Amino acid sequence: MTPALEVQRLHRTFGALPVTRDVDLVLEKGARRALIGPNGAGKTTLINLITGALKPQSGRVLLDGEDITATSQAERARRGLARTFQINQLFRGLTVLENLCMTVGERDGHCNNLWRAAGAKRAVIDEALDYLDTLNLTGDALRPVRELPYGRQRLVEIAIALAQKPRVLLLDEPAAGVPSSESHLILDAVAALDRDIAILIIEHDMDVVFRFAKEITVLVQGAVFTQGTPEEIMNNEHVRAVYLGEDSHRGGRRG
Amino acid sequence: MAASETRTAAGQAARDRAAEFLVRRHRFRWPEALPWLIAIAAFFVFSDRMTFGSQVLIGVMFALSLDLILGYAGIVTLGHAAFFGIGAYVVGLSAARFGWSEPISGVVAAAVVAGLAGFASGWFLLLYRGLTLLMLTLATAIMLQEAGNLRSDISGGYDGLPGLTFQPLFGVFDYDLYGHTYYLYVLAVLAVIFYFVRRIVYSPFGQALTGIRENVQRMHAIGSPVHRRLVTVYTIAAAIAGIAGALFTQTNAYVTLTVFDFDNSAKVMVMLILGGTGRLYGAFVGATVYMVLEDYFSKLSPTFWQFGIGLLLVLAVLFARRGLLGLLEQADAGWRRRSKP
Repeated sequence: MTPALEVQRLHRTFGALPVTRDVDLVLEKGARRALIGPNGAGKTTLINLITGALKPQSGRVLLDGEDITATSQAERARRGLARTFQINQLFRGLTVLENLCMTVGERDGHCNNLWRAAGAKRAVIDEALDYLDTLNLTGDALRPVRELPYGRQRLVEIAIALAQKPRVLLLDEPAAGVPSSESHLILDAVAALDRDIAILIIEHDMDVVFRFAKEITVLVQGAVFTQGTPEEIMNNEHVRAVYLGEDSHRGGRRG
Repeated sequence: MAASETRTAAGQAARDRAAEFLVRRHRFRWPEALPWLIAIAAFFVFSDRMTFGSQVLIGVMFALSLDLILGYAGIVTLGHAAFFGIGAYVVGLSAARFGWSEPISGVVAAAVVAGLAGFASGWFLLLYRGLTLLMLTLATAIMLQEAGNLRSDISGGYDGLPGLTFQPLFGVFDYDLYGHTYYLYVLAVLAVIFYFVRRIVYSPFGQALTGIRENVQRMHAIGSPVHRRLVTVYTIAAAIAGIAGALFTQTNAYVTLTVFDFDNSAKVMVMLILGGTGRLYGAFVGATVYMVLEDYFSKLSPTFWQFGIGLLLVLAVLFARRGLLGLLEQADAGWRRRSKP
């Protein structure tokens, strides 16, 4: 079976510093893979390379077997590759509902229309509201995003990713900055996603990682250190040495 | 769907309220009639100042075109006069060199040529953002001006193309000394353009423009063809600026290369910021206030009138960051809060 996402020998340097070193990574359909590693291991850079926000110096990215290395970030998104950002990237001056309508509108090509009123397509608004319902955001629908507490904004970030109806979803520390009273909403929403969606999650909270992931990839200094099932990773002495043993890195904010 | 069955009554009410807001937002509200009523009233009250009135309406139109790209899409340009100038010269040159002096077809031709110029230059310029874009747009306008200067045998150079004559509107309504016909003509064109711009602003495409302004990185991430959207709106804004330029030439029966001046690009931006960006009516308020005060100050003190304009700008930037309209909205919101029981 063709993997949903395949990364082949992806390489990128910033100046003289290699930040992604010949990384191979496979996400089968329906994969639940965690990407872990100490701060500065290049986890976010890898996501930026996969989504096209950064261009690699060499290597390939395949989506459903098709080479998308040369395509733009937007084109990859239209083909079903979605991501969330480690630090919120939202339309801060617009309302929560508008943030979602924008996503649905761009996904379905409504935004090519210059003439019809945006409010005239009720189906778009209803679908947008469904995503807000899922994340308990309906009460904030008409508030500008910038007025929400950071944790609530984080939920909007997730809602946008859901609204993209992705086939492959890359989550960059989705629960970072969210109070624990609300982080379960995020994890529940992610857990409730269609089984066919392939998910890669960067997460520092090991409880979340071990609960959510079926497979784990450990990245150290830009290269794949090892990968395996949660049990294998937990029992791997080398991993414990470079990562799990170092408590100072747990709960860190940068990756 | 299961979710809708389990939804509480309160939840459903919140949904309906939210949806209703978006459904209603583009509908016409009565204060929107105000600028048009004022424009019509001005026709009767200041009937001896209609030449000036036409220039104000042209200023509104020019500022409105800038609002589309600056206020909505967040494109910062200091070369918008390029398109105004192209429109002005399309009409001027076709009348002076080819004897094509029918006004309405002239306006259409100006829109097409300016739009094409916007499309061609925008395709390249809009690959850049921020300061780079600012410099490139500025340079484009200067280069056009110098091209006109180089071939002053065609363009008339800084002496301009004087004494242009245009045919009566629809072959019937001739131009009078007081500019009454012109005023109504410009007002009618402005109304048509405003209708277009308003549709665009409230369309899904218009929403996407605000998305690009708010967070372009997020737009890329949700799959928006950002460059295509920007080139589209830049082309439309260029066409409208071209129409404003065409009307400028027609109403003045005169055009010189000064229409391409940096001054002209800067002035329209000042007008828009003074009125309030991204608000549709900011262009009306800004252009009118600016031009009326400019007229007033220049009579008060023909040598130092720009001091008054400068002072106004300082005050606006310090105390009305979101423009005069923003100030009004703020006052309105404050009043509503206080009057609530």
